Amino acid sequence: MNPLDRYERLVDDAEAFRDACDRPLPSVVRVNEQRVTPERARRALDEEGVEYERVEWNDRLLRLPEGSPGTSWPYVHGWLHGQEEVSALPALALDPNPGDRVWDACAAPGSKTCHLADLMDDSGVLIGNDNNLGRLSALRHNAERLGVSNLVVTNKDARNFSLDQIGIDALDGAVADVPCSCEGTCRKNPDVLEKWTMNHVEGLVGVQKGILSRAISLTRPGGEVVYSTCTFAPEENEAVVDHALETTDAEMMEWDAPLETAPGVTEWEDQQFDESLTKAHRVYPHQNDTGGFFVAKLRVGGADAGDEEVEA
Amino acid sequence: MSENDGQRFDRLPATPADREVEGRASREEVVDWWEERFGVDPETFEDVTFWEKGSGKIWAFSADLPSPIRVEGLGMTVLRTRQEHWKPTTTGVKRFARDATKNVIELEPGEASAFAAGHDQQLDRWDGDWGYLIAAHELAGEREPIGVGLYLHGELRSRVPKGYQEDLAVLD
Repeated sequence: MNPLDRYERLVDDAEAFRDACDRPLPSVVRVNEQRVTPERARRALDEEGVEYERVEWNDRLLRLPEGSPGTSWPYVHGWLHGQEEVSALPALALDPNPGDRVWDACAAPGSKTCHLADLMDDSGVLIGNDNNLGRLSALRHNAERLGVSNLVVTNKDARNFSLDQIGIDALDGAVADVPCSCEGTCRKNPDVLEKWTMNHVEGLVGVQKGILSRAISLTRPGGEVVYSTCTFAPEENEAVVDHALETTDAEMMEWDAPLETAPGVTEWEDQQFDESLTKAHRVYPHQNDTGGFFVAKLRVGGADAGDEEVEA
Repeated sequence: MSENDGQRFDRLPATPADREVEGRASREEVVDWWEERFGVDPETFEDVTFWEKGSGKIWAFSADLPSPIRVEGLGMTVLRTRQEHWKPTTTGVKRFARDATKNVIELEPGEASAFAAGHDQQLDRWDGDWGYLIAAHELAGEREPIGVGLYLHGELRSRVPKGYQEDLAVLD
């Protein structure tokens, strides 16, 4: 079956949704502000005659109609990093501060990690973890190319990651951009739809729940955790977050996404999810001409979980 | 004196007098080296800790953590010590020596492209020090370091690592 059939009833315009999923994805780069201003990066592309379009919702993102930036001076200088528009959302949602202690649970190959470093002004402690040793070399290479110097790279199973080995007591924030069925990347890899099975989805859910729970338990009260996937399946999205809401002291937070999104769903087939799941964001390809994505932002509760908690 | 353990990151001692591991560079020597060789202001490294993992490979990390630490990476590699001439890394000069005032060779557009592609070239106009230089060019109105070159006998040898080499347009 084509899994996209399952989501037609969730979207506002099923035809536009299916059409967008059939179109190839534009090539997008993020400007690395640790190295350059967006203005200077655009000027360098102009000098080299590289065409680009500005992404209306974020001036750090540029679309390249001609494709890869791999052989331009701005790329070589680490000013640009090839990164899909929607994959900029987790770091923007977490919005870490300089000096924070942040964990990226599934970091390789590192686009989101390096984006986090940029937002942290390359300060504080950023832990980029991945369970796949082979992919860690890509993470290291990207981080060095982009000039990231606040990154600790670890190779552990995120589900039982410990901060003890690093010698810090708790996190200020975490990103759990978990392994998923990747339906939202179908514009890049149509294969994902052909290989899709419900069994695969069910197998991923346990891992996803384990990683999100771990991120919450490592984060201090008042700290924030962003959960994201590049898939549409509510089993991997709302159901996983709903499980965390039930089993931990984390709560959903409002986050104003900078692009058009649909709210998270509160029911799917025979399941009901917490009402606060509407604060999550679903990104469908036809909304902003991007890939598909899901992002939820949570605040970790507890005794001193911050002012907003007290006022509520 | 103990030996270097190549499997873990050890923070560099503050000064040579604090050294406990044979042959290990000290923080003071590393900061002084960047200043003496490239005119990098020591304040650049104010919030940076230096670590050794592997023999002579020095990593710069923009925070501090308890030493030693067993992880896959800590900050970025910036310098190779334990050899006669210390050698900066390409990523190190791009991150920490953008405002270098000494031993920076400014390349013309064709030279810059050849350098980035990993080619060695005759450059007789350089009359500064021999040894490791920062190769830079002008891009979008300002100087930008491309990487590390080794200058000997009128020749600039590109030391851009293979993984970073690119065939680039020659800009007018």
